[in-house]
Amino acid sequence: MNLYERIPNNVNLSEDKKLQRALEKWLPNYLDWWNEMGPDGFQQKDVYLRTAISVEPDGWANFDFVKMPDYRWGIFLKPAEADAKIGFGDNYGQPVYQEVPGEFRNALRRIIVTQGDTEPASVEQQRELGKTCPSLYDLRNLFQVNVEEGRHLWAMVYLLQRYFGRDGRDEADALLERRSGNPDKPRILEAFNQPCDDWLNFFCFTMFTDRDGKYQLSALAESGFEPLARTCQFMLTEEAHHMFVGDTGINRVVKRTAQLMNQGDVRQLGGIPLDIIQRYINFWFSYSLDLFGGEISSNSADFFAAGLKGRYKEQDQYDDHLAADQIFTMKIVEDNQIKDSEVPLRNALNEVLRTEYVKDCEKGLARWNKSLADEELVARTSVGGEHRLKSMPRLFLPNSRFHRHVGEYAGHNFDLEGNLISQEDFEKRKGEWLPSVADREYVRSLMHPVIEPGKIANWIAPPATGIKGKPFEFEYVRL
Amino acid sequence: MINFQTSPDQYHHWKLKVDGAVATLSMDVQEDETLAEGYKLKLNSYDLGVDIELADAVQRIRFEHPEVKVVVITSLKPRIFCAGANIYMLGTSSHAFKVNFCKFTNETRCAIEDDSHHSGRRYVAALNGTASGGGYELAIACDEIYLVDDGNSAVSLPEVPLLGVLPGTGGLTRLVDKRKIRRDRADVFSTLAEGLKGKRAKEWGLINDSFPTSKFQESIDARVREIAAGVKQTVSLRNDVEKTSLSENEPSQTNSLLYGIKLNPLQLEIKPAGLEYKYVNVVFNREQRYADLTVRGPEANLPTSPDEIQKLGDSYWPLQAYRDLDDALLYLRVNEPEIGLVCVRTEGNIDDVLAVDKTLLANKDHWLVREIILYMARVLRRLDLTAKSFFAIIEPGSCFAGNLLELMLASDRSYMLNNPDEKIELALSELNHGALPMSNELTRLQSRFLATPERVKEILAQTGRLDTEAAEQAGLVTFAPDDLDWEDEIRVAIEERTSLSPDALTGMEASLRFAGPETMDTKIFGRLTAWQNWIFQRPNAVGEKGALTNYGKPTQAQFDFKRT
Repeated sequence: MNLYERIPNNVNLSEDKKLQRALEKWLPNYLDWWNEMGPDGFQQKDVYLRTAISVEPDGWANFDFVKMPDYRWGIFLKPAEADAKIGFGDNYGQPVYQEVPGEFRNALRRIIVTQGDTEPASVEQQRELGKTCPSLYDLRNLFQVNVEEGRHLWAMVYLLQRYFGRDGRDEADALLERRSGNPDKPRILEAFNQPCDDWLNFFCFTMFTDRDGKYQLSALAESGFEPLARTCQFMLTEEAHHMFVGDTGINRVVKRTAQLMNQGDVRQLGGIPLDIIQRYINFWFSYSLDLFGGEISSNSADFFAAGLKGRYKEQDQYDDHLAADQIFTMKIVEDNQIKDSEVPLRNALNEVLRTEYVKDCEKGLARWNKSLADEELVARTSVGGEHRLKSMPRLFLPNSRFHRHVGEYAGHNFDLEGNLISQEDFEKRKGEWLPSVADREYVRSLMHPVIEPGKIANWIAPPATGIKGKPFEFEYVRL
Repeated sequence: MINFQTSPDQYHHWKLKVDGAVATLSMDVQEDETLAEGYKLKLNSYDLGVDIELADAVQRIRFEHPEVKVVVITSLKPRIFCAGANIYMLGTSSHAFKVNFCKFTNETRCAIEDDSHHSGRRYVAALNGTASGGGYELAIACDEIYLVDDGNSAVSLPEVPLLGVLPGTGGLTRLVDKRKIRRDRADVFSTLAEGLKGKRAKEWGLINDSFPTSKFQESIDARVREIAAGVKQTVSLRNDVEKTSLSENEPSQTNSLLYGIKLNPLQLEIKPAGLEYKYVNVVFNREQRYADLTVRGPEANLPTSPDEIQKLGDSYWPLQAYRDLDDALLYLRVNEPEIGLVCVRTEGNIDDVLAVDKTLLANKDHWLVREIILYMARVLRRLDLTAKSFFAIIEPGSCFAGNLLELMLASDRSYMLNNPDEKIELALSELNHGALPMSNELTRLQSRFLATPERVKEILAQTGRLDTEAAEQAGLVTFAPDDLDWEDEIRVAIEERTSLSPDALTGMEASLRFAGPETMDTKIFGRLTAWQNWIFQRPNAVGEKGALTNYGKPTQAQFDFKRT
């Protein structure tokens, strides 16, 4: 059947009867899901998209106009290395698992389902955004992110269908049945049930939440279950673009805000004030931190010991891959005080991964603050600039304890610096720290579609360059 | 010291709300309110302190809120019903404490079923989130189980795959015996750490139904209304009493006319040398590792009408004395682990005991009297299940008659003084006919005379008193030393008993006490618990590399794979 010929893959799909049979049932449901929950109003438009058709350097980034439902979602694993060995945990140095070891089957399935669930969730969260795009360039980026999240779902579904039998097939079906934000069948992780209904949310999501994905995938890319490792390694190449969209998206908003600050009142000039941007950062950063799981976790220890989930850049960054007797010191809350607690390292691996993530986020903040500094300089050096703002506030990440719903800090209240405060104090100051209804309404009020090639909304700066050498003015989506 | 007394205004972990015919018991475990150091009660996990409150709540519903027809057990924590017994608590507890913890939680769940079976109150588990391990075992003790269908919440018994131990609070037994899940499916379910969600859980019979989040509360409310409308106040006692004296046409009491009595705190004085309750006295002989427990019989001329009994409330002798005895047994189990033998005595007038029994039986259809009798039966079963030796000591001035005769029958041995100059007698009452059954659903007399059932009838036909000779003749007492030998016999018996291995005695007594048929309760206490206690001692669970030891630690369990 030529259905399978249209599916780009490097898993020998045309010969794998078992996988074909599973996909035969799943594929129509996937397309139904995409049509029902994918980008609303643009399904029949030609979009300038990147499609992976092979894992070769020239194959994974193929650009062309395509209608999204016709996108060639494929199944790709990074090519296998000969004689790969498990890189960490109790079975360090043993040959990698080519099939699922029975004793880890449930744990692995849960890891894959949890990761897989986030992929369609984000498509659902973003389905209305196209209608308020700030430019055709951004619209195309949104759709690129969406179709690739779809492909990442395929990647996880491939693993479930190929390696987990009937339960795996059931879980693959369930991935299409849950819905972001639906109280009756919510997505598994809470950040994926938050609405993403304006573009500032979208940029924050791709900056902060997709970046969690990067770190989860990196940890799984180390996995001793080789098909999972190779799948995640390939997904990471695509995930990089999503974070690029978020990082540069916020940067362009910040830049535009700084420009407007130099001209007068940002709000009156139709921009997004810096304090609102800061509150969005506080919100998304804290929710994304939750995605790493509890600071002290028996799962993290079990997964590491079993060789299922490693650390970020396990092979490059660490020498001791057993991590058996080391201690990790972290802050916990005890008797209403913040105290140091010593935890076996393996139980603290969620926190270890989260720390890497925070470092990475800080780089983004540095870039945005650089934009603020640049505009400050522009103001000071331009004619009459000395009358303008002498200095602009800087953006920052809140402390990791702030506004957490999972782990050691959940159930306690902290300020942005991470000081323990009372529930009353938190409620009093919540409006300073997290987006209010008014903030959200204001940001939404700025969201009007700009669909003329080369034009851009007033609240965001144009990108420095276009896609694949095309100029910003290029008609990335043919409406 | 662990205190088993509490009341709703002192609860840390549960909220009891009574609204007409419906009581809602909501679990909201405070993670720092633990009985011991070294663990936190996260995710609605429980320790003995949480279960003491649950047991109290169930008991209070029965006595203080007889108008309640449906009890809903749910949780106030979003997306979590209950994660079961706290693993870190188990990990840090002594073996003896673990055993007593499991025994008490089992008794609490059996008490829920006892209420459902005999008092007709229906228990509904409203699982608003995941119920794992002991959480599902609590649910399965209820009559109906409803699970929220949010794509995430599941019911599970993860003990075997995650911890290398058993779901030891009746879970395995109730899967196959109560919900009658097919054994192969029960096998799959019990080895699947993540459990099953709504659809498959319903298909397999693990839950009655599942409802989506947005309809969950209204669906539960609707079902509860339906049950409340359909529940007749069934008035039933176990066994013969039920069969012989209840006619189908008897008008059932309507719940709306009922009002409860208050269970006040017990009058207990704890002294270094013992416990002094209103009707029970316990003396610890710690050096010799035994205790003397004396139950004082009722006063003369207690009221005989239900209205007067209701007015007396919890100070009515049968209720007060058995509450005292219940608390004393629990105290001995948990706070005096080295006391291995309890010498049981009674003090009082046989006529007064028999008069109380007569009143109880004559009014057994009155809700309060029924609850009192059922409670007496539960306390006696608590004694049957206590891992200490019991010797009944029958001396002048004792009143082993009717309900108190059961104390003697429950004991492992009995010593009755043979002294023609003194009046030392036993007596039977109608309550010995079946109102106070053991866990095996036989009476203690039936269990005693399994080989000669006709003997039970003969003894029950005795309307007069039995003196020492007659009692020995009838096979009711073990030894009847005369007054010259008495003191020495008792001393030697005590010394001999307390010198034996406490483990061997526990196993021996548990094997000898429950002759006759198996019931779900005996399987839970005898089979499941015994296996669990064995596993709890094994290196594969608690050894350095055992699964329980390594749970939550960076190291993995390593098993010795030899099957026994």
